[in-house]
Amino acid sequence: MLRFEPEFFRKRNREIDESTLRVISREVRKDILKMTSEANSGHPGGSMSATDIMVTLFYYKMKHNPDNPKWEERDRFVLSKGHVSPALYSILARCGYFPLEELKTFRKLKGNLQGHPDMLKTPGIEISTGSLGLGIGAAAGMALGLKLSKISSKVYCIIGDGESQEGSVWETSMAACHYNLDNLCVILDNNNLQIDGPVDEVMSIYPVIEKWKAFGWHVIEIDGHNFKEIKEALNEAETVKYKPTMIVAKTVKGKGVSFMENRAEWHGKALPPDLLKEALKELGEIV
Amino acid sequence: MEKASLRDAYGNKLIELGHKDERIVVFDADLSGSTKSGKFGKVFPERFFNMGIAEINMINTAAGLATTGKIVFVSTFAIFATGRAWEAVRQMVCYPELNVKIVCTHGGITVGEDGATHQALEDIANMRNIPNMKIIVPTDDIETAQVIEKVAHTDGPFYVRLTREKFPRIFDENYKFEIGKGYVLRRGEDVTVIANGIETSFALEAAEILEKEGISVEVIHMPTVKPVDRELIASSAEKTGAVVTAEEHSIIGGLGSAVAEALVETHPVPMERVGTPDTFGRSGKGWELINFYKLDTEGITEKIRKVLERKKR
Repeated sequence: MLRFEPEFFRKRNREIDESTLRVISREVRKDILKMTSEANSGHPGGSMSATDIMVTLFYYKMKHNPDNPKWEERDRFVLSKGHVSPALYSILARCGYFPLEELKTFRKLKGNLQGHPDMLKTPGIEISTGSLGLGIGAAAGMALGLKLSKISSKVYCIIGDGESQEGSVWETSMAACHYNLDNLCVILDNNNLQIDGPVDEVMSIYPVIEKWKAFGWHVIEIDGHNFKEIKEALNEAETVKYKPTMIVAKTVKGKGVSFMENRAEWHGKALPPDLLKEALKELGEIV
Repeated sequence: MEKASLRDAYGNKLIELGHKDERIVVFDADLSGSTKSGKFGKVFPERFFNMGIAEINMINTAAGLATTGKIVFVSTFAIFATGRAWEAVRQMVCYPELNVKIVCTHGGITVGEDGATHQALEDIANMRNIPNMKIIVPTDDIETAQVIEKVAHTDGPFYVRLTREKFPRIFDENYKFEIGKGYVLRRGEDVTVIANGIETSFALEAAEILEKEGISVEVIHMPTVKPVDRELIASSAEKTGAVVTAEEHSIIGGLGSAVAEALVETHPVPMERVGTPDTFGRSGKGWELINFYKLDTEGITEKIRKVLERKKR
């Protein structure tokens, strides 16, 4: 298993190649499936669509410190689509914020890994999220606070496409641009599926790129499972001045397991034991 | 009694705090002229942010800002912060217990002419049901200034409810506000009146009037609705044997409810509540509405007589 020393994470843009990121992502996806099956609840589908982006953020892009989660100079990460907490918990554990063993306590009474991220219970969580449409505003507030404190850290935030139906997302969109928050980079996990079905059937958010452009953001379109594109987009976001960046990442819900891909039914349901076995096998686990 | 503006006291105190502590940041949602948060904005434009007419985002952004070590004051009208943005307050401020101070003006019926849509009669109830939230309802400008100073330097979420109208000044500079403490403003033997906001001064007037009839009224000012001063409520009820609460808020969920809950668990006695009934408000002048809904001195004396009747039985 890939282990890095805490020092590894303290600088941005680390030397880590795409095949390594791919290996880590595969481990994270296995964790997600095991955690949700163990808890017999949780949201594997969206966790897997956001995995590659989050792995790139935590292993390549963001400077952070697993030894000192409150390190003042750290970049911040806000999981506005808080229901995909399994991906975040797995990554935090693998970076060294808490023991990997603890993933087994996900969603369990007396555990520290709540169904949705809780900043008071889990080290590495910047702010509690879960109710859709709210986290992005908090991310903007962090970006504002860092600017006021003259700290050059960045704030990264992942929102969902279903989440984009919340009006408060657009309130934040307006405000972040109005206050020139160029230290804020939001990534839209555009897997086009929400609980009740395809986003464009439930309540279309399209044309979504034009919307964010019209709100004044720098918009980049990528394949959210292509590590090269994710890296490049994150690097480009860092060069943008006076406006926030929106990375629209085309993703696949349930990415990595053939029978889960692009299926809304795995939004908020764990795999039963037999399917878990099959899925882990696909992900290369020797069962 | 001299009347003074609570919201001006708020704006002025913000400026004072801003000079002393650069962690203070202030947000408003296009009402900074009314809430007086704009006073701070004029002196510290780099620490004042108008978030536009978008209260939910204002609360979320304030929460995020608080995580970076700032003390964030957020202002708008009471109904918008506690109604429109209720869930944001619950999820992003109270659940993570962040340092966001929600100070709203235009609480209560004295909003007046704007009518029901703008009169927050349920704001305290809305905030009281959220864990980690503390609620303060000052009665005059002197107390308001002290409350603002205190909440700025006490960790965690607060809701401070101010008003549009000027209120009579009942305190002087010797007053010392403490969170969670009730104040006996007048000692009495027959009945206890527990009030806050504008109702405290009406309660004092009612006590004065009834004294001439030989009724001895204890008046307790209860600025902190949560956590409420249960010990004082219980000990006064034990002494007088009858309680009346008075607030510029619905009788459901506010000070009356907090006192009733404390009484039934400590020293139950006959109790009556002065407040707006389970109804929306209406347009009119602030003081006309106070009379219309019997939130005035007469309304309180009426309830005192009623509770004393019940006490006799």
